[in-house]
Amino acid sequence: MTNHWIDLKNSDCILVMGSNAAANHPISMKWVQKAKDKGATLISVDPRFTQTSAKADIYAPLRSGTDIPFLGGMIKYILDNTKYFKEYIVDYTNASFIVGPKYDFKDGLFSGYDPKTRTYDKSFWAFEKDPDGKVKRDNTLQDPRCVFQLLKEHYSRYTPETVSSISGTPVEDLLKVYEAYASTGSREKAGAVMYAMGWTQHTVGVQNIRSMCIIQLLLGNMGIPGGGVNALRGESNVQGSTDAGLLFHILPGYLAYPRANLANLETYLKAITPTTKDPMSANWPQNLPKYFVSLMKSFWGDKATKENQFGYEWLPKLDVGQNCSWLNLFNAMYDGKIKGFFAWGQNPACSGANANKVRQGLTKLDWMVNLNIFDNETGSFWKGPGMDPKNIKTEVFMLPVAASVEKEGSITNSGRWAQWRYKAVDPPGMAKPDGDIMVELFDKIRGLYKKGGKFPEPILNLKWDYVNQNGQFDSHKVAKEVNGYFLKDITLKDPTGKDVSFKKGDLVPAFGFLQADGTTSSGDWIYCQSYNAQGNNMALRKKDDPTNLGLYPQWSWAWPVNRRIIYNRAAVDLNGQPWNPKKPVIKWVQGQEVDGKKQPGKWVGDIPDGPWPPMSEAGGKYPFIMKPDGLGAIFGPGLADGPFPEHYEPLECPVPKNTLSSQFVNPTITIFSGSMDKHLTCDPRFPFVGTTYRVTEHWQTGIMTRWQPWLVEAEPQMFVEMSNELAKLRGIKNGEKVKVSSVRGEVGAVAIVTTRFKPFKIGDLTVHQVGMPWCFGWMVPKDGGESANLLTPNVGDPNTTIPESKAFMVNVTRIEGGK
Amino acid sequence: MSEGYSILVDTSKCTACRGCQISCKQWNGLPGTHTKNEGTHENPLDLSADTWKIVRFSEGPSKDGNPFWHFFSEQCRHCLSPGCMAEAENGEIIQDENTGAVIYTPKTKDLNYKATRDGCPYDIPRQDPKTKQLFKCTMCFDRITNNMIPACVKSCPTGAMVFGERPKVLEMAKARVEELSRKFPKAKAINPEDVRVIYIVNDDPQKYWKLAAGK
Repeated sequence: MTNHWIDLKNSDCILVMGSNAAANHPISMKWVQKAKDKGATLISVDPRFTQTSAKADIYAPLRSGTDIPFLGGMIKYILDNTKYFKEYIVDYTNASFIVGPKYDFKDGLFSGYDPKTRTYDKSFWAFEKDPDGKVKRDNTLQDPRCVFQLLKEHYSRYTPETVSSISGTPVEDLLKVYEAYASTGSREKAGAVMYAMGWTQHTVGVQNIRSMCIIQLLLGNMGIPGGGVNALRGESNVQGSTDAGLLFHILPGYLAYPRANLANLETYLKAITPTTKDPMSANWPQNLPKYFVSLMKSFWGDKATKENQFGYEWLPKLDVGQNCSWLNLFNAMYDGKIKGFFAWGQNPACSGANANKVRQGLTKLDWMVNLNIFDNETGSFWKGPGMDPKNIKTEVFMLPVAASVEKEGSITNSGRWAQWRYKAVDPPGMAKPDGDIMVELFDKIRGLYKKGGKFPEPILNLKWDYVNQNGQFDSHKVAKEVNGYFLKDITLKDPTGKDVSFKKGDLVPAFGFLQADGTTSSGDWIYCQSYNAQGNNMALRKKDDPTNLGLYPQWSWAWPVNRRIIYNRAAVDLNGQPWNPKKPVIKWVQGQEVDGKKQPGKWVGDIPDGPWPPMSEAGGKYPFIMKPDGLGAIFGPGLADGPFPEHYEPLECPVPKNTLSSQFVNPTITIFSGSMDKHLTCDPRFPFVGTTYRVTEHWQTGIMTRWQPWLVEAEPQMFVEMSNELAKLRGIKNGEKVKVSSVRGEVGAVAIVTTRFKPFKIGDLTVHQVGMPWCFGWMVPKDGGESANLLTPNVGDPNTTIPESKAFMVNVTRIEGGK
Repeated sequence: MSEGYSILVDTSKCTACRGCQISCKQWNGLPGTHTKNEGTHENPLDLSADTWKIVRFSEGPSKDGNPFWHFFSEQCRHCLSPGCMAEAENGEIIQDENTGAVIYTPKTKDLNYKATRDGCPYDIPRQDPKTKQLFKCTMCFDRITNNMIPACVKSCPTGAMVFGERPKVLEMAKARVEELSRKFPKAKAINPEDVRVIYIVNDDPQKYWKLAAGK
């Protein structure tokens, strides 16, 4: 979330799209309700009428996989009806930037496309620059090559009628949504979007979100209270895990993972550090070398020296172009290229797209360690449906792990708040906290490397002092390491320019003090300040709310530097005064005159995005400080599949062509071609759109909830929701057992025949859609049913490789006598 | 405490998360019963000696073309003049003077189950088939007499349920109905003068649950 949960209450219009927040993030509705109590409009856009829709003022249906047409139509509406916030887009976004002559867009393809590699040469999308290296701008927004005009041209095709013919949303519903949401383009109004996996799990997942970013920038909704682009994270600490670099392509703090072509530290740092020629741009990422070197010092301590490039050579490198994300890992496992696997706090046998392939992949392993609080379909895959234990070589170890309340540590919520949690009870039996298991594992591995082995340096040199006197994992020691230390006595300047001295061993106050010369450490720069001389800030529990906006700056701690609304410099005008004086997240206060001399002004409110004065004063900076050019990106030349979102059909879809271009599916996706990687589009055997979702009662694949009798009582069995019309077509009665199948697999399910699903009118076609939860699995409860991921396709978004679990094709048939 | 307590159930704020249903079972130590999906998310399908609170789901087409989906968190209304007490002449059922809670004692095993159940306009009492004792919501009597709010109210994330002194709850109900009436002409509180558990609806009560407003 760019904003945070409580901030939803400050909104005037909340769009919930790609999410069923009421069911899956129940507490969010507390704050949505508070906004509604003050007159806010709640909009729900979803293929199915959900619990969120039931509370909404406006509901609009759409066929799964058509969010870009829906949102592209909103962009066109905003532009055609001059609903955009003119000052904001001129001063704070790249709307005025001139795009270079090589940029073009024709019939669904951007310029620079190579059909052989299915990739774009992004240099075709570069901005034009002055001789002094600054991007050329036209602040009148009239130049036909400026971003604003190109945007207008791009979305001119997305008329309400065209959108409706793709998404199946009635034109009047589209216009109702567009009108309500576009009304937040004024300076007094704030519009927020809440989204989740309904946007991400598509072959155009990233571009779905990009579409909304463009809308939020056009309406001036970024940085302001009650605004923002708000990802509702699907797991209580998934924000923390990505912050800590759990993904293959990043190190902690979102530092790019080194690749083999970046042979030494210097070339690596040069590659990750952007530059700008514009003095108004803070270009905060210019500091990345400080954060990277401090991370290396956290990894290897005294062993990381300037002479050995702070251990850069010890980091294993990814090959150029190598993608080690989920779908690729399980593809490699299926191909027998992976020997061992730690399934740590997860259940891929049910959570992985095309789960039959995942389960077959598990049979190719030599060993697997299943770490969880309960046995599950992954640990016991060898005795699951269709498996013959006699023919499976995989040796499986089960390690019982402490549950969240049985250990101490931090947890970071969707709003970036890192909250410290105390241990309530001891773990039962032999269960141990994850940290203790890692300590034991590492001690064993290091012991083996001491006896010999290839490339032992990274392991033997690792600084690993995270245990207490009893040899147990100490979460406070790790939290301090994550914050970072001064490694020698040092005198530095604070943000006001005053000298400030630190001793070796002091905790670093905030990331502004981190250094690139090896004199500081920090295990995750964005968490620097979370645990410093003031103590463990994540454990703060004070309820003061000085701004009355619900920022609660002394309740837990938020990254970065306790900023509760990021990009908040865009919430004020050029003089630092709030666009909406009733909701001032930050405000510039001029200094008083003392003895005829004017004192410097200061910011009040939230922690501003950097200490600089407002843009109208000397030394002022642009608001989007993490962008090298300092401005919000309406034109985004960095993604794999284009600088503007464009509609492509899902890999499996019900329509014979893409109405908007002859480019049927996203031209940059990677399609696996093994025997278990099947996809069928517009095939009469699988005529209905399928999608997956969650229920309130079960958590993820249900590992933690399917053993809980009260929750199983409330939501006991796999179901498939379908319209009355589809049920009639297939002769299915409500409550009957049916079979849902895709080209990849089949599951049994109880039919819920409902008015909440309706057939879509797509041109001359009637398209039916069904939906299923993915929280069940064969192990428990008995008769609970199987995972919907046996049906989902293993094809991913070209930027993130997240699978397209939200739009695929299925068949639904009655099971004879099927009660 | 002369007028006792009340619970407000504002269905316009209910999202059917069923936290109330689960927390009722948790606090009262009630087991999860064996259920099947019968073509609805509502489960269990009825109250029982082991289930004193259920969220009822009701849906159908509405005039504006969109469906309606109503949620009704069902429980004992703790009537001011409880119909179920007509049969209870020997202290089997107690109406607590201070709180107003209607409490079923173990002696309810001696009551005529059918007559007691028929006496309830909302069809709430249920019998344990083995012990013959009758059960229903206690208003969390053990909690509210120890400075805690009822478990269901405590669990509610959206503020759809509020527990408090009856006059204050009545006032809140009135204000909320007024507010909702601007958008929903049918908004009303159900039988606020007769019951302590007061439901606010913004559509016909029967569209939520056939006995929402009583027999």
